[in-house]
Amino acid sequence: MAALAPATTTTQGQESHLPKAHGLRQWLDREAWRQAIIAIPYLWLLIFFIAPFFIVLAISTGTAQLGLPPVIWKETFPYGTSDNYLFLTQDAIYWQGYLNSLKLAAISTFFALLIGYPMALGIARASGAWRNVLLLLVILPFWTSFLLRVYAWIGLLGNTSWFNRGLTSIINTFFPFWAGGGDHIQMMNTNFAVVLGIVYSYLPFMILPLYATLEKLDRTLDEAAMDLGSKPWQVFRDITLPLSIPGMIAGAMLVFIPATGEYVIPSLMGRGDSPMIGRVLADEFFQNRDWPVASAVAVALLAVLVIPIMIYNFFQAREARRAAT
Amino acid sequence: MRRRPYFLIFALIFGYAFFYVPIASMIFFSFNKSRLATVWGGFSTEWYGKLLTNQQVLDAAWLSLRIAFVSATIATILGTMAGMALARFSRFRGRTLFSGLVSAPLVMPEVITGISLVLFFIALNGMIGWPTRGFTTITLAHITFSLSYVTVVVQSRLASMDRSVEEAAMDLGSKPLRVLFDVTLPIIAPAIIAGWLLSFTLSLDDVVITAFTNGPGSTTLPLYIFSKVRLGVTPDLNALATIIVVLVGSGVAIAGLIMQRAEKRRERDVQMAIAANK
Repeated sequence: MAALAPATTTTQGQESHLPKAHGLRQWLDREAWRQAIIAIPYLWLLIFFIAPFFIVLAISTGTAQLGLPPVIWKETFPYGTSDNYLFLTQDAIYWQGYLNSLKLAAISTFFALLIGYPMALGIARASGAWRNVLLLLVILPFWTSFLLRVYAWIGLLGNTSWFNRGLTSIINTFFPFWAGGGDHIQMMNTNFAVVLGIVYSYLPFMILPLYATLEKLDRTLDEAAMDLGSKPWQVFRDITLPLSIPGMIAGAMLVFIPATGEYVIPSLMGRGDSPMIGRVLADEFFQNRDWPVASAVAVALLAVLVIPIMIYNFFQAREARRAAT
Repeated sequence: MRRRPYFLIFALIFGYAFFYVPIASMIFFSFNKSRLATVWGGFSTEWYGKLLTNQQVLDAAWLSLRIAFVSATIATILGTMAGMALARFSRFRGRTLFSGLVSAPLVMPEVITGISLVLFFIALNGMIGWPTRGFTTITLAHITFSLSYVTVVVQSRLASMDRSVEEAAMDLGSKPLRVLFDVTLPIIAPAIIAGWLLSFTLSLDDVVITAFTNGPGSTTLPLYIFSKVRLGVTPDLNALATIIVVLVGSGVAIAGLIMQRAEKRRERDVQMAIAANK
């Protein structure tokens, strides 16, 4: 860890303005607070974010036992067993869980993009005062409780709710060949409910980066294309859409990655027989108390998500560099 | 000159209905007399009264508020430092790792963060007898994920800030620490406040990481709500949800308006100062 400690930083442009009279003592002072500013949050993240992953890695090679803690790992690490990982490949519930999670997360990301993109564009194109109001209205649900917003949807989707009955009667009236005349549609405890819950909860994460990108676009490009005879949809397809790709990627990653490991929404709204992997992990940890297998599930999930996370970080870093210059 | 973008207007209306209809419906049914949460049986506020005498809810709410206050405050300090390091110090050893570390908790699935933290805390407790699972571990976990949000907010604010003000202060002979406390921090204060509020609400809201890191007797409000929601939708839960949504929502809206006004005033002052000096 010592190697990762921040080095004394090289001097920057702004310091050349300082008169020499400030002397050595001030220079040392400055270096000291500068180092502290870097080192303290850095150390925090190394201890509470990175170190825990190594513990998970270690425990995933351990053996479960009856007792407290319910695992033997210190003696065996780093020559532990790979049994837990083999076990993941043998029992269908694990790989089905991973596939199910990736599928539902991908579908949710697609719908979040479908709903979020026109909203972000609409906000970016709105006039000044409207824009702030619309933006606040997107951020507001994001500040109020996530759990309670999921709960609000559970109320709407239930078989006896006004929403479900209203929707059913609309469908019965206009599309009688679909619903078959029942008095409700089964929406709760389906994959539909999970996708809806995820789209609803993560939509602000899609809209905000998209808005940030769309808002910065140079509108004179649109006008030039219009002057040259492009139709509005051609302008959108050839200019707006390609230029907003970084925002789409950031938004898609912010929805897709957490959605893959989602636990709350599938356990409250989903089907019990095809759980997402986050729920499998939590059940393994809390109910079966099998820490090594739960750790192996976590490591495998992280391995699946490493590439999307790297893509996200790559675009983040590029965006940060652009903002800094 | 351009046609009205009807499609975008429709998308906005649909989107905001999607956001707010469920919440409105939940608030409406919190005043329902009927025990059945989804069938209207007349107006009543009895569920609100029942809530105020429910000791379990009050204890959970108090615990959540204390955790949120402590973790938001520490996360804001750490996150402001990290944001400053990333926005101001362009080169230091391990910068790439640091910036990756700061943004990773934003996307990391909560179950992974949760399980790794609890196993880490248990291992640490086995080695040095600290921390005990409960208030301490929940708070440490909340600081860790809130920190990233504060960093992003502060960093973007610093990146868009006019650096010539800092340079002017330096040229006039201020020491770097003076510049930091008298110039930089006041200018980025709205971002720091926003970061604190964000951390506070994130902590008040968290279910998954709290479920992993809590200990016996430390049930936070979201954990209480989560266990209740599993049993179904009930009118007292509608009332509790309404109180929380209305409190948090109006608090944030007011804070947002105040900050926007302060921001406008500050910009006007700066502009007048520049005009006066010309």
